[in-house]
Amino acid sequence: MAVFNLNVNGKKVTVDVEPDMPLLWVIRDFAGLKGTKFGCGMALCGACTVHLNGQPIRSCQTPVSSVAKSAKITTIEGISDGNQLHAVQQAWVEEQVPQCGYCQSGQIMSAVALLKTTPNPTDQDIDTAMSGNLCRCGTYDRIRKAIHRAADLSKTSSNTLPKAGKVGGN
Amino acid sequence: MTPNSNSRREFLRLSSLSGLGLMLGVSSFAKNASLVKLSAEAIQLEINPFIIIDNLGNITLVNPRPDMGQGSTQAVPSLLAEELEVSLEKVKLIQSDGKSKYGSQLSGGSSSVRELWEPLRKAGAAAREMLTETAAKRWGVPVANCYAQDGRILQRNSDKSFAYGELADEAAKLPVPTNPKLKDPKDFKIIGKNKPRLDVPSRVTGKAVFGLDVELPGMVYAAMLHAPAIHSKVLAIDDSAALKVPGVIKVMKAERAMPHRTSEAVAVIATNWWAALKGKKALNVTWDSAGLEKMTTADYYARSYEAAKAEGINFEEKGDIDQALAHSGKTIEAIYETPFLAHAPLEPENALVHVKDNGEVDVWAPVQGPDQALGSVAGYLKVKPEQVKINVTLLGGAFGRKAYLDFVLEACFLSKELKKPVKVIWTREDDITQGPYRPGMLSAMKGAVNGKKIAAFHHHAIGESIKGQVFKFLQDHEVDDWVTGELSAENHKYDIPTWKLSWTNVKTDIPIVWWRSVYASNFAFGQECFMDELAIAAGVDPIAARMDILKDDRFKKVLEVLSEKANWKEKLPAGQGKGVAIFKSFDSISACCVTVSKQASGGVKIEKVVSVIDCGWYVNPDNVKAQTEGNIVMGITAAVKPGITFANGMAEQSNYHNYPIMRINEAPKMEIHIVNSGEKPGGVGEPGLPPVAPALANAIFAATGKRLRKLPIDLNEA
Repeated sequence: MAVFNLNVNGKKVTVDVEPDMPLLWVIRDFAGLKGTKFGCGMALCGACTVHLNGQPIRSCQTPVSSVAKSAKITTIEGISDGNQLHAVQQAWVEEQVPQCGYCQSGQIMSAVALLKTTPNPTDQDIDTAMSGNLCRCGTYDRIRKAIHRAADLSKTSSNTLPKAGKVGGN
Repeated sequence: MTPNSNSRREFLRLSSLSGLGLMLGVSSFAKNASLVKLSAEAIQLEINPFIIIDNLGNITLVNPRPDMGQGSTQAVPSLLAEELEVSLEKVKLIQSDGKSKYGSQLSGGSSSVRELWEPLRKAGAAAREMLTETAAKRWGVPVANCYAQDGRILQRNSDKSFAYGELADEAAKLPVPTNPKLKDPKDFKIIGKNKPRLDVPSRVTGKAVFGLDVELPGMVYAAMLHAPAIHSKVLAIDDSAALKVPGVIKVMKAERAMPHRTSEAVAVIATNWWAALKGKKALNVTWDSAGLEKMTTADYYARSYEAAKAEGINFEEKGDIDQALAHSGKTIEAIYETPFLAHAPLEPENALVHVKDNGEVDVWAPVQGPDQALGSVAGYLKVKPEQVKINVTLLGGAFGRKAYLDFVLEACFLSKELKKPVKVIWTREDDITQGPYRPGMLSAMKGAVNGKKIAAFHHHAIGESIKGQVFKFLQDHEVDDWVTGELSAENHKYDIPTWKLSWTNVKTDIPIVWWRSVYASNFAFGQECFMDELAIAAGVDPIAARMDILKDDRFKKVLEVLSEKANWKEKLPAGQGKGVAIFKSFDSISACCVTVSKQASGGVKIEKVVSVIDCGWYVNPDNVKAQTEGNIVMGITAAVKPGITFANGMAEQSNYHNYPIMRINEAPKMEIHIVNSGEKPGGVGEPGLPPVAPALANAIFAATGKRLRKLPIDLNEA
């Protein structure tokens, strides 16, 4: 076991875990951020995508010991300020992208990273950047549309958080 | 994230305050899902409370169908809200907990809207009438002078109104109308409209709670080492290395109870799941797999092809097929093969169970049927149903897999032994190698044409039976009516002069279960490709040939719309081809046109898919389209990606690298059109899938002249 000081969504998180524990499980079970998902454990599906210094990485294949102390980790919970959806999330809502939604945290993290480097992506750009993220529900057509929409929304900037509704509660 | 139980507690509080609120239910549902194994208790319900209005004005609607991505959290409560005259934005929605008062709660068989269409609307309308009558009495005016709108009863030609909450106590004392007047569809405000799904924001912010995300105080985690050949026996467990892994608490022999048989397993218990997984990798277990090496897909298909030489058990026959084949102008025979498939939902199987000292059992899990889970858990642990509480989370995909509850019972077994809440999480490898799978199937086809007419058609369906293997209620001499129901002339509406449908059950120990669209996903391939072969043998356009024998206006309309929207008659450049298929499943008719083009580098590329669906009445057209888009992606994946194969008793695939599913760069352009027939609602979650594979194979034939009769198709070789 070893102590790691991490910067997750701008907050300091201290964990005492095995050095080879993947960042995914540190984020989920020690930082308590459940939005990042486990899908394959082999960096094949992208459900665990988070940003490390703005770059999308597969957290299921990233040992916590490999994360530099100064590195900024951003998860799905960290891309918006809580009052306003990120343009990509807003576009996802407007295109009604998610079905089950389990892969969508990873999809959105990949899309946010794409739009940072490529603000006006072509379908080809989208296919290349997003091909590491699987969706078994088959929302790909809407993901393409939503990324184009997010690119447009990013140029304006009046995204407000739609009322989440009281759905799926237990 | 410890689940917030406020809403649940509040629900229970409200449920018990019968004098203070209005709880309303409907009598037994019209029909139970064909896929659910229901207890007698669940079918014989008299009152099922779906609407709770408290005297503070809060309205709570109970959704009896878990959401696995198909949109039931919107579609099902919409039926209640429409008739109750409330908007979904202003009510609280909760998921049913499996208790029998809610009736059938299985999300499966594309059944939610088609089964609940009338009962839930009646429940909403009955509540509306009771509230209206109460208001009329208070005002001393005729009921006709009162109407419901947006959670209030209003008096006509007056500014008087009551909120539902002000009327609920009194309304609850009225007899429940048995035949309330349903709204005229032209007055629908919710049903049939494009309304955003209210749960989408939670699914893009990471806030949606799936099974994987639930924690309880004092819980431990389990990683399961499953049997390598599924039915192998444990001979010896060497846990010395596993127990040295920091965080590992215990290694124990465990079991995996499938509906039809129980397998042995070894569980590694740890304080966190990563530690449990590391412990699992450090385990050294000796297994006895003797005899299981014969459990192979090669053996299964060899026996299936052997069965194709015989006629099978007859289900239906019109005319004398042998005579027709002997005396027709041109006869054709062909065998179509479909592979075993894993469901591979992105969220692996997982369950959190607490078997308490007092005998109560709390389950938190992504299950398709809370009622099914309640019955299974109670039966497995030998406790009373009322001692079991099923808390259904959102499901991160399911496709039939999460209506097979082995993973929940594993957690039950472990929690009972450990006397703690235990969370079992399967790895992707567990998911892919352990099954259950969609069974691979054969369609042995014979047919004949006379001139330009299709004259004879024999479909011999061959393979393992879900009814037989999973539920053990198929006798050897019986036809599996889940298969024949979908392939019968009554279902496909082809009026062919001579016709036969037969069945042979080829058994296997490879565990199987329903997979999105069940048998339709297998047998539509044979039926619709062979129809194409006969059309071409008759020298007739494939759509025209179908039109010629279809005796049903809805089928014809779907094909007409498809022909127009897919520009079927356009002249295509050389090397391009279009293929078509139509299939009815779960009471909805869906047709598909695929366009492919030959590639200079070899193989073919899917250029575009156009799908048309007539699902009768529906709740949200955008969701019908979303589900059909998903069916195109899953249908193509099933047609072109490797299936599951077993050698030496073991699955040869293990994760998404060798059991790949379609990626975004492979997703073709797609277009969905809905035929608004206004008929009784059919299913939406599955019917778009069956026609995809045959339309693709037919398109490849049109483009290349190659008739591919075995799935998966390698597009690079086609």
